[in-house]
Amino acid sequence: MNTLVYLIPIALVLGGLGLVAFLWALKSGQYEDLEGASWRVLDEDDGRPQT
Amino acid sequence: MSCCATAVGATLVAEAAGQGLPPSEELWLASRALGNGLRQTDLSVPGVHCGACITTLETALRARPEVELARVNLSSRRVSIIWQEEVAGKRSDPRELVRAIGERGYEAHLFTPGEEEGDVLLTQLIRAVAVSGFAAANIMLLSVSVWSGANAATRDLFHWISAMIAGPALIYAGRFFYQSAWNALRHGRTNMDVPIALAVTLSYGMSLYETIGHGEHAWFDASVTLLFFLLIGRTLDHMMRGRARSAISGLARLSPRGATILNSDGSREYRATSEIEAGERLMIAAGERIPVDGRVVSGTSDLDRAVVNGESAPVSVGAGDTVEAGTLNLTGPLVLEATASARNSFLAEIMALMEAAEGGRARYRRIADRAARYYSPVVHLLALLTFIGWMIIEGDVRHAMLIAVAVLIITCPCALGLAVPVVQVVAAGRLFQGGVMVKDGSAIERIAEIDAVLLDKTGTLTVGRPQLVNAAEIAPDALAMAAALAVHSRHPIATAIQDAAARVSPLEAEIREIPGAGIEAKTSGGVYRLGSRNFATGEPGSGSGQSEAVLSLDRRELACFRFEDRLRPATARAIDQIGEMGLTVGILSGDRKSVVQALAKQLEITNWKGELSPRDKVQICADASDSGRRALMVGDGINDAPALRAAHVSMAPATAADVGRQAADFVFMHQPLIAVPFAIETSRRAGRLIRQNFALAIAYNLIAVPIAILGYATPLVAAIAMSTSSLIVVANALRLAGTDSANAFGGREPSPVPQPSGGER
Repeated sequence: MNTLVYLIPIALVLGGLGLVAFLWALKSGQYEDLEGASWRVLDEDDGRPQT
Repeated sequence: MSCCATAVGATLVAEAAGQGLPPSEELWLASRALGNGLRQTDLSVPGVHCGACITTLETALRARPEVELARVNLSSRRVSIIWQEEVAGKRSDPRELVRAIGERGYEAHLFTPGEEEGDVLLTQLIRAVAVSGFAAANIMLLSVSVWSGANAATRDLFHWISAMIAGPALIYAGRFFYQSAWNALRHGRTNMDVPIALAVTLSYGMSLYETIGHGEHAWFDASVTLLFFLLIGRTLDHMMRGRARSAISGLARLSPRGATILNSDGSREYRATSEIEAGERLMIAAGERIPVDGRVVSGTSDLDRAVVNGESAPVSVGAGDTVEAGTLNLTGPLVLEATASARNSFLAEIMALMEAAEGGRARYRRIADRAARYYSPVVHLLALLTFIGWMIIEGDVRHAMLIAVAVLIITCPCALGLAVPVVQVVAAGRLFQGGVMVKDGSAIERIAEIDAVLLDKTGTLTVGRPQLVNAAEIAPDALAMAAALAVHSRHPIATAIQDAAARVSPLEAEIREIPGAGIEAKTSGGVYRLGSRNFATGEPGSGSGQSEAVLSLDRRELACFRFEDRLRPATARAIDQIGEMGLTVGILSGDRKSVVQALAKQLEITNWKGELSPRDKVQICADASDSGRRALMVGDGINDAPALRAAHVSMAPATAADVGRQAADFVFMHQPLIAVPFAIETSRRAGRLIRQNFALAIAYNLIAVPIAILGYATPLVAAIAMSTSSLIVVANALRLAGTDSANAFGGREPSPVPQPSGGER
């Protein structure tokens, strides 16, 4: 029972982190072009983001 | 990775150029100003499909000085370009951007403005899905511990934590259902959201009550999972909803904003179209659209009337001829006398027709909406009867309430809510891969029930532009010379000659265009003429003057070019396939009867009509629906736009006039007409899957509801039943993507199109 006091908040915080990470990724447009992203990985460019 | 780069060749350039680039003004209007002298243009490029395409296009665009940023979106097959309005004091031409794309062998189209605008509701829905998913996962974790035998104090703790997660999640993620249910109730109706809102709220309230009383069963997991599944369905459904389309505003954009007026005292002034009155004199330069109906006072020119009445060949006009608003003046300046104000002109008439045309779209009720109308009263009644029944048998309010809530949760239209949108999203994705864009989900339902296909001629059955047919007989020198002359004209035949020539070298000469006749170039070697036989050689022209052009040197014939408006590739095969589907095919054209008849004969279509006005086309579509038939209209011109709206469902090529694209339910991006049977077949299969899904959902309810009514549905049973039924429905929908189409075309690009091919997508 005592361990639950730590474990449950840890579980919730970890889950919450995942949720926040997803919302952030969504907001910064990383889901706009999933198909393109899988190809850009193979691109031989210098890897600097285009400005 | 090199699959695309190798496929780019000279023929592709010619082919892409033959597609016709949108005019600069249209591109300029379609771009968005970003401030600081920057503009953004979004283009649809259906040909991109792999990493090499991305690199090719982005490199090509970034090489241009005006381009700040170019980024290809492979998922939506679009490229967005940010460019400077001025480079070194020179106004940049957005057409150059499209040409740069064309030179790499890709077609580029403008897509409907407004379509790309950020969808606020969709983002909100996705966030709600994420939040409810997080809540559902955590609560399910705690519930599993309860089900596997957590004892009294631990169980209460878990229930309390669940309640604290579920509460905010229900308020945040459930607000869409509450709002919609409240809206419906306030207007005295019920919809699918009423039982959902009721089930979620009641189950949460009941569980909270149980938790406070140290009860054994709580439904927190059920209410949040329910919300999670339903939100997925809702999000997919939203993606398939048609956006409000402003076809009419697109048409208004096509009419020029103004024209130069010649006052009686000889002065000139530029006035807005709406202020031009009948009787006034207008100056129309070559390349301008005519703003109002009128009569030519002086000048000769060729008019492109293709978008207005579907006539394929340009018409020569001279003093005394009448002209319609919206036609494009190709070669020479004209002075017109307006015979009608803009309000009474041809374009205004089309707008009125379009507003009046109420097609299948407005009358059609979506399958899901129809199902909801019967479903929700039944569900409410069932839950209420269960409650009353258990009250009579046991008289225990708490127990009766628990069972009634279980019935509500079990019957909640999870599978039903997913049944339609999942299939439609999968079908739309499949159509998109085949080069067909769907505007809204109900179009997939409507096209599956058609019994006739009506096709426009110019621009739909045919490419809509003349093509050189006897290139092989012409000496390369003559072709190069003709092309050098042709660059000085906007006439479609001149454009066709340019397309046929591999390269155009500049000509040292005094060149002038004689409107309605041809082009003349005085060089040191003599006078070259390109144009009608009469103009070039002095001999009388043959009957079919529009379909040939003669190149002469000092009136000696050097070469004769013959043109034909070519059929779209694979048209005959597409028509055969439509016939095999048991649909009747008809041609509705505004072109001359003899031309339509010849084409109909070639394609073995017996049902054809020519010389139709836009009103006639609408009438034919309306008559068809009045007699209980459902027609698919395929067309591209302005003259087709009212009919596209009046028909049960409609389709337009991406090369269509802006209005046509906006009025249609489907837009096909590749050239072959085979897209039409492909769309019909895929939609029919989607329709079958939707019906199967409904059957599955009903079967599930037939099994689960008696269990719930009899009081055997614990939270564990409900969780299992709900998840399985939803998963089965989704899995069934995915079969559409997995299996190959019986149609030979399948999801692949048809080979006759010189698109870069290869590369598995």
